[in-house]
Amino acid sequence: MVMMTYIEAARLAVQQAMAADETVWCVGEDLGRGGVFGQYLGLQVEFGKDRIVDTPISEAAIMGAAFGAAMVGTRPIVEMRFSDFALCATDELVNQIAKARFMFGGQSRAPMVIRKPVGLWRSSAAQHSQSLESWYAHIPGLVVLCPSTPQDNYSMMKAAIACDDPVVYLEHKNIWGLEGEVDTSLEVEIGAASRRRKGEDVTIVSWSNTANLAVEAAETLAGQGIGAEVIDLRALWPWDKQMVLASVRKTGRLVVAHEAVRVGGFGAEVVATVAEHAGDALKGPVRRLGAPRSLVAYAPNLEDKMRVTADMIVTAAKETLMGAAGK
Amino acid sequence: MLESGHNTQNARQLLVMMERIRAFEEHAILAAERDRLVLGAIHPSIGQEACAAGVMAHLNRTDILLSTHRGHGHTLAKGADPLAMMRELLGRTGGCCGGKGGSMHIADFGVGMLGANGVVGANITIAAGAAHGIKILGQDHIVVDIFGDGAANRGPFLEGINWASVFELPILFVCEDNQYSATTRTGSVTGGPGVAARAEALGLRATQVDGNDAEAVARVSGEIIARLRGGGGPEFLHAVTYRHTGHTSFDPATYRPEGEAVKEIAASDPIARQRAALLAMGLGQDVLDGIHTAAQAEMERVLKDAAATPFPPDEAAFADVQDIGSPMQEAY
Repeated sequence: MVMMTYIEAARLAVQQAMAADETVWCVGEDLGRGGVFGQYLGLQVEFGKDRIVDTPISEAAIMGAAFGAAMVGTRPIVEMRFSDFALCATDELVNQIAKARFMFGGQSRAPMVIRKPVGLWRSSAAQHSQSLESWYAHIPGLVVLCPSTPQDNYSMMKAAIACDDPVVYLEHKNIWGLEGEVDTSLEVEIGAASRRRKGEDVTIVSWSNTANLAVEAAETLAGQGIGAEVIDLRALWPWDKQMVLASVRKTGRLVVAHEAVRVGGFGAEVVATVAEHAGDALKGPVRRLGAPRSLVAYAPNLEDKMRVTADMIVTAAKETLMGAAGK
Repeated sequence: MLESGHNTQNARQLLVMMERIRAFEEHAILAAERDRLVLGAIHPSIGQEACAAGVMAHLNRTDILLSTHRGHGHTLAKGADPLAMMRELLGRTGGCCGGKGGSMHIADFGVGMLGANGVVGANITIAAGAAHGIKILGQDHIVVDIFGDGAANRGPFLEGINWASVFELPILFVCEDNQYSATTRTGSVTGGPGVAARAEALGLRATQVDGNDAEAVARVSGEIIARLRGGGGPEFLHAVTYRHTGHTSFDPATYRPEGEAVKEIAASDPIARQRAALLAMGLGQDVLDGIHTAAQAEMERVLKDAAATPFPPDEAAFADVQDIGSPMQEAY
């Protein structure tokens, strides 16, 4: 076990994968200098400019070219800088990468890791703060991962690089500096959720940085005698329905919390699945937390209006237990 | 018309390929309009065969090709099996893509054809990336990317060609310019001095060629491809041609000025020109007729065989989506 940050954990995973396999390479803007957040620091010195490739600010070409290179046998790690900018490469991801294997009758593969840093990051405003994971979960052909801890950012990055499917890899940019112990021998199966905390009274399902807030909320709830089980999905496709359903059957209460806009968010999918398959087990109202369907502002007080907090999760959990009516 | 040094055999091969492409597409149109066997749209390249035949004549099986929604000719000329292609158009088992792609997504990785594309211009960045991958892997084959004039007004044209220029990739971009962006005259929606100038502005050597002259296309692309194989950087070929049909086989193309098509076809049909060239080289009319008849007979047989092939099994709707989270295990 080694202490490292969320950003260092992913960097180590990339470094080890590149050292082990010459076909793995990274492509994106400013990578030689470490990438915009330092995710690639030192890697160009170690692996050279042909494998840590600095590109023009051409998101469509970064995504499209990486795809072309994947089809001829390389394994690119694609850096989109901010998930917001990845929207410039939507055709390449959605119409090309996600569909090629199927449309071409299984002839092609796109073993790619597409890194798109997501999330609120103080005063970054509406074009640098989004969490659009539910879009990607909606696209057949893509694997969608949202690591929330250093351990997961190590183990899931390794799994993503080894995966032969295109993986949309959504790191939360507000937790680059989050520290935690990392066991480099630990393997994570893509699609397996992580039970971050055990509890008998209420199930809290979350992912990405909000899962960390859910753990914090569960600690507060524990102090008040309420046992909250926190399930960090980690992957939105495939997602661990079995763990969620088993937990809800046990607790009979459900809170889903995510940073993305609540309307049409993946929380709706989780709640609907529970309603279909474990609705009879529910003993109280379901609570679903997400951002209001508004935009992220620059001013800190306005930005905070979009935020799901640990306190909000605590309140929501209590509401499921008290059977309070929804807002 | 022909340069000295060009032998009759090469000229004849160009005609054979163009006749086969045209016969394939004529039978595809029959399958669509007469037989109702092709259910989706097809975009014929009738009139544009010189580009396919002339450029592909210089490629090996391991060289890479990316093409467009109007890509039957390029794919056939790259060496794909016309029966597998026709099955694909009919959505049948044994189609190049198992009947899951259809005309707009034909691919045959076995001959280095990495896909036609339903999105105009999208293949440009992908092709640049294929060349990038080849370079990373230290392989020595080259990439040819074919797109139409409409693609020059899309962002990937700038991004993909700049990419190839910056990374000095072994790729030939071919703008097969049929002068129409779907149903709009390209010139009416395009600023500046043209696509070749755009490529030159991005640092590529750009060559113009008469895209209805198979010999000229073959000669010029042969020179470019030789430079690529010798380690040269990316190049651009602008081949002006004319689409004999509408945008799709069902498009009557009433937006064209009256008489334009008749006049253009009479003046520039690449097959008629190649026949004339071969007659001038001393080949007999009977030989030319034989080439035509053989191509027609081949594609008539291909259509008949394709029509006799079953549709894919229902399970194929869920296959080859992804390994992890596959709809074979979990579709909801």
